[in-house]
Amino acid sequence: MLDKTVKELGDALQRKEFSSVELTRAFLDRSKTLNNEVNAFITFDEEQTLAQAKKADKILSTDNATALTGIPIAHKDIWCAKNWITTCGSRMLENFRSPYDAHIIKRFNEYGAVTLGKTNMDEFAMGSSNETSWFGNVKNPWDLNRVPGGSSGGSAAAVSAGMAPASTGTDTGGSIRQPAALCGISGLKPTYGLVSRYGMIAFASSLDQGGPMAKSAEDLAILLEAMVSFDAKDSTSLEKPTVNYSGGINRSMNGLRIGIPKEYFSDQTAPDVQKGVAEALKEYEKMGATLVDISLPTSPLSVAAYYVIAPAEASSNLSRFDGVRYGYRAPKYSDLNDMYAKTRAQGFGAEVKRRILIGTYVLSHGYYDAYYLKAQKVRRLISQDFAHAFKTCDVIMSPTTPSTAFQIGEKASDPVQMYLSDTFTIAANLAGLPAMSIPCGLDQNQLPIGLQLIGNYFDEAQMIAAAHQYQCVTDWHLKKPPLYGV
Amino acid sequence: MSLTKQDVKKAADLARIEITDQEAEDALDPLKKVFTLIEEMQQLNTENVEPMAHAQDISTRLRDDVVTEVDQRELLQASAPAIENGLFLVPKVIDQ
Repeated sequence: MLDKTVKELGDALQRKEFSSVELTRAFLDRSKTLNNEVNAFITFDEEQTLAQAKKADKILSTDNATALTGIPIAHKDIWCAKNWITTCGSRMLENFRSPYDAHIIKRFNEYGAVTLGKTNMDEFAMGSSNETSWFGNVKNPWDLNRVPGGSSGGSAAAVSAGMAPASTGTDTGGSIRQPAALCGISGLKPTYGLVSRYGMIAFASSLDQGGPMAKSAEDLAILLEAMVSFDAKDSTSLEKPTVNYSGGINRSMNGLRIGIPKEYFSDQTAPDVQKGVAEALKEYEKMGATLVDISLPTSPLSVAAYYVIAPAEASSNLSRFDGVRYGYRAPKYSDLNDMYAKTRAQGFGAEVKRRILIGTYVLSHGYYDAYYLKAQKVRRLISQDFAHAFKTCDVIMSPTTPSTAFQIGEKASDPVQMYLSDTFTIAANLAGLPAMSIPCGLDQNQLPIGLQLIGNYFDEAQMIAAAHQYQCVTDWHLKKPPLYGV
Repeated sequence: MSLTKQDVKKAADLARIEITDQEAEDALDPLKKVFTLIEEMQQLNTENVEPMAHAQDISTRLRDDVVTEVDQRELLQASAPAIENGLFLVPKVIDQ
């Protein structure tokens, strides 16, 4: 049962092939054993988890079960979950027990899903390798010497290693798609505003968006249905008619126009990745889709604009961690200012401090126009590039990342090299567009390659259908890392 | 632009993060690399471009000015490093 998708598990639970308690127990046992090697989870809480499973079994014996009732799901430790330690990968929140549920946690609870545990992540979601976590780096199940990507690296590794059937992540500049690509799973970042940010510890509020991570596009559709809902507590939550994502996955690809942005196909990308993506595109052509050349001329500046906007918002958001209301407080200090400064110096790691410093600097007197305002203008142009491109195509495809999983420590000393691993994913966040990554091959080192799909606003259904149709004719999403057999 | 150690120390002070001379020195080189990346934006002409603060052109929703939450002070203060009589404790701010 550990191999099954969410869809298969849901069907099996409803047919009473096994109970949620049995299923949850099995995943807990496997996860706890494998966690010694993979470090995908920060927190397990068996008592709370099994209590939810028991409750789910009761619901399963009634007519009120949903597609997710009884399914264990691993949540990124950025989501506040009531009575769960919620660390955001930081020493600052090492002992923080959330007094409330994030909106999406509440939704999953209402669907009868079971919280399997809280997954490891880059500190405050700032990183592309999971090396910035206070709780040690996550290892890629395909090669334990390599990174799983980040920041939702624990969530990606957990699904890849079969430690959880599905997980949640958040994506500010690629934090769902990049680790999904590097770990060989499927991940989706919805249109900005579809998934409530209430109870998601904020990094860059105008970019942050939660989404599902799973073994297949079909599973993403099922999970997304639970995650998308209007929430009055998130001022940017949008009221939209409910979409039946899972019911719409059997669309024909005949006539689908796939936009190929020339800026995302260059020799900077590893040859194996280029090859994997090219072959995926051929599959789409076989299914009747047509490839359309498009251009996103401003996209080469997306990383530059992002590293102004995201740190600026982060420097403001993270000012709340001051050692007064929650979280870490330095043990020794002389006065109030010293308490703030020492608390933040000790509570934050190096990358978080770096981004707070960048953000503080670009917002400071005399630099606002040159950096922040400039970046916001670049953001507008990036967004307009997409609007123009979608006049001639239905979905955009590209590699998710310029390379497959890199070695632990390989990019740790040069922040810019690390930042550039998100070079293809960031533009979708700046524009607020939905995007996903699905596995489309293995490189010469047997490491997964990711295909990125970018959809038009609120057109998740089209994007998911395209991903699902590809998964119907290929088996890359079924490939398992060597660790899986352990 | 050329970022200096003093710039780093000033930003750290504004952000209320204690930083030693050595830490500021060590932070400088990686930060310079980041700003070299950021400077790439300057090559683009953005005259007359409207800044974009947000992915969706929506205005902030308003709600009626009524109490919607229940009092859960004790629950919310359970995570605080130091409290007394329902108050958050901080070092003395005003000298008598």
